[in-house]
Amino acid sequence: MDALDLARWQFGVTTVYHFLFVPLTIGLGIFVAGLQTAWHRTGKEHYLKLTKFFGKLFLINFAMGVVTGIVQEFQFGMNWSEYSTFVGDVFGAPLALEALLAFFMESTFLGLWIFGWDRLPKRIHLACIWAAAIGSNLSATFILSANAWMKHPVGYEVVDGKARMTDLWAVLTNSAALAQIPHVIGAAFIVAGGFVLAVCGYWLLRTGAPMWRSAARGALVMTAVAGLVVAGTGDTSARLLYEQQPMKLAAAEGLRHDTAGAGFSIVPGLEIPKLLSFLSTHEPDSVVQGTDDLQRRFEQQFGPGDYRPDETIVFWSFRVMLAFGLTTVGLSLLGLWLTRRRRQFPAWLSRVLLLALPLPLIAVIAGWLLSEIGRQPWTVAGELLTASSVSPGVSLAAVATSLTVFTLLYGALAVAEGVLLVRHVRGGVEEHTPTPVAERREPSLMY
Amino acid sequence: MVELWFVIIAFLWTGYFVLEGFDFGVGMLAPLVSRSAAEHRAGLQTIGPVWDGNEVWLITAVGAMFAAFPAWYAGLFSAYYLPMLLVLVGLIVRGVGLEWRGKVAGTLWCDLGIAAGSALPAFLWGAIFAHLLFGSTSAALLGGAFTLTVCLLHGAVFLALKTTGQVRRRARVAALAAAVVTVPVAVAALSGLGTFPALAATGALAAATALIWRRREGWAFTATAAAVVLTALAVFLQLRVRPLPGLTLAEAASGAYTLTVLSWIGLATLPFILLYQGWSYWVFRKRVQVAG
Repeated sequence: MDALDLARWQFGVTTVYHFLFVPLTIGLGIFVAGLQTAWHRTGKEHYLKLTKFFGKLFLINFAMGVVTGIVQEFQFGMNWSEYSTFVGDVFGAPLALEALLAFFMESTFLGLWIFGWDRLPKRIHLACIWAAAIGSNLSATFILSANAWMKHPVGYEVVDGKARMTDLWAVLTNSAALAQIPHVIGAAFIVAGGFVLAVCGYWLLRTGAPMWRSAARGALVMTAVAGLVVAGTGDTSARLLYEQQPMKLAAAEGLRHDTAGAGFSIVPGLEIPKLLSFLSTHEPDSVVQGTDDLQRRFEQQFGPGDYRPDETIVFWSFRVMLAFGLTTVGLSLLGLWLTRRRRQFPAWLSRVLLLALPLPLIAVIAGWLLSEIGRQPWTVAGELLTASSVSPGVSLAAVATSLTVFTLLYGALAVAEGVLLVRHVRGGVEEHTPTPVAERREPSLMY
Repeated sequence: MVELWFVIIAFLWTGYFVLEGFDFGVGMLAPLVSRSAAEHRAGLQTIGPVWDGNEVWLITAVGAMFAAFPAWYAGLFSAYYLPMLLVLVGLIVRGVGLEWRGKVAGTLWCDLGIAAGSALPAFLWGAIFAHLLFGSTSAALLGGAFTLTVCLLHGAVFLALKTTGQVRRRARVAALAAAVVTVPVAVAALSGLGTFPALAATGALAAATALIWRRREGWAFTATAAAVVLTALAVFLQLRVRPLPGLTLAEAASGAYTLTVLSWIGLATLPFILLYQGWSYWVFRKRVQVAG
């Protein structure tokens, strides 16, 4: 173990943890805004109850997304100073844009929404939740284009050992970014949909009140539509991997040698012939490069070294992502069919939806492991190795301290957040008839 | 262009210190100026709608440093590794405490998190920047003590400005108590800089003391805010040639293309940000009443 290993562990732990909350913020924000819009347009009280109920769950979760996000911004400088110095000119720009165009909007309008129930005209108050929710989605767009640049760097040149941006538009419209942004945001909506469905499943089992059915139907539609987006962009991503990150593709398939008409292995030993070639190029007989042959070519290009990622993790994370993601989307399609035209949710379906809560979360985590571990040994593909990215002046003890602190603190907060969410889900909607909003003197929602 | 970006980053940090300065002060003082749960809640509610937006000034300042001066950002954050780690811990427990407080049965843990999470960064930012300027531990401790006490004073004045009744009265007493410590500490800390803005900042703190004594809360808040601005100005004037030891501003800067593009985007967005954030303060301009 050296400082590099621990810095990588810290990045992995803090990023995976951050991304447990982010997808919920992205998807749930829009869902709550949709509920409030429904209330605004129909005046039906159960939409207001649902808005407040899911709004509270959204806020409990939002807090964690915010505070773990600051860690991400600081840790590039703390643990990865060589990386930061090399990429800042390019990579910093989307981060600055994210703060200017998204974070200010998200946080300011969310504050207005929480405390503005009795102070703002209804229409403006509704606009506030939309502004906050759109802010979350915009921020995801910028950070994902920064991330895509690491896998497929474009719009830059290297001057004096540093990347210099030459075209911001190229960075923001990077083909890798355009595939990744809808893929990840779509996945976030699946996670949020799965979360809402689990909560509704619980309440449908307890009361069967019609409002839970309508919320669940909304979440089923959201999950199913997002599922189509994720599947479509996943297909695009596979073809982009073939061109841009052949090593990741080969590792994800456990393909060792360049193969024409390569098959797709579902699990080791069970293979669908020619499917990998077809997915990579839409030509069943095309040649897909294998890890061993790529390794040889990379050595010629970049000098001696091991250019293969951890094949076990990459191979299995790909399968876990596919299996768990597709199961969630399949469940949503099944749910839509079973509850079509005023049909009720069968009890077994509610139970399954409740139990399926972790599936989409596991799928997105697996997706990030595939994405980031699959890029190794590079931080910036073809330009900067992870081993050369770490802060040279930071000691093993310092990184060990911060890894320990974050692990313990995050662990404690995860327990607290879990308890808080469960308690609020069980508490249900406010059952008393709320006083008309304009008459209430004190806001009922203190953070 | 390089200078312009230095000014923008100094502006963002200054905005952060002015706005989060009173958030930190309120976070530390809310338990002290209240005698009941309702009063405690009212105290925290003065910052409830705005603290998260205020924190974005930090996120933007750091993001802008990353983009415009990568070597400065990377050098600063890796050199002050453990203080930055503690800043993060503080911001995490404070943020979670503030957002979860109204949703838990017992508020003790949240209140501890808010108070400790406000005190830690309030102290550490001063310590980090003082160490950056003077390079010694004693200077860091003095700088930390200075920013901690200024945040207490700034927050107490803000509380007095935004509350009513007993909370307001106690906040004034707290402000006077904080001023008794802040002014001498400021003299000690800022005399090390000796520049005009540093001296003016000390003067502004003295003026704030007199104004809060005379119950001119609005003007007292203007004076404490001015003191924070002048201090930040003094610090960034010192850093303008060498933002880090052994690193010039020009060496740290990104290329002309990046700085130009970011300038246009910054100029196009900042007015809107100031506008809607200002509007959110205007919406919540009334003093917070104690419920019940």
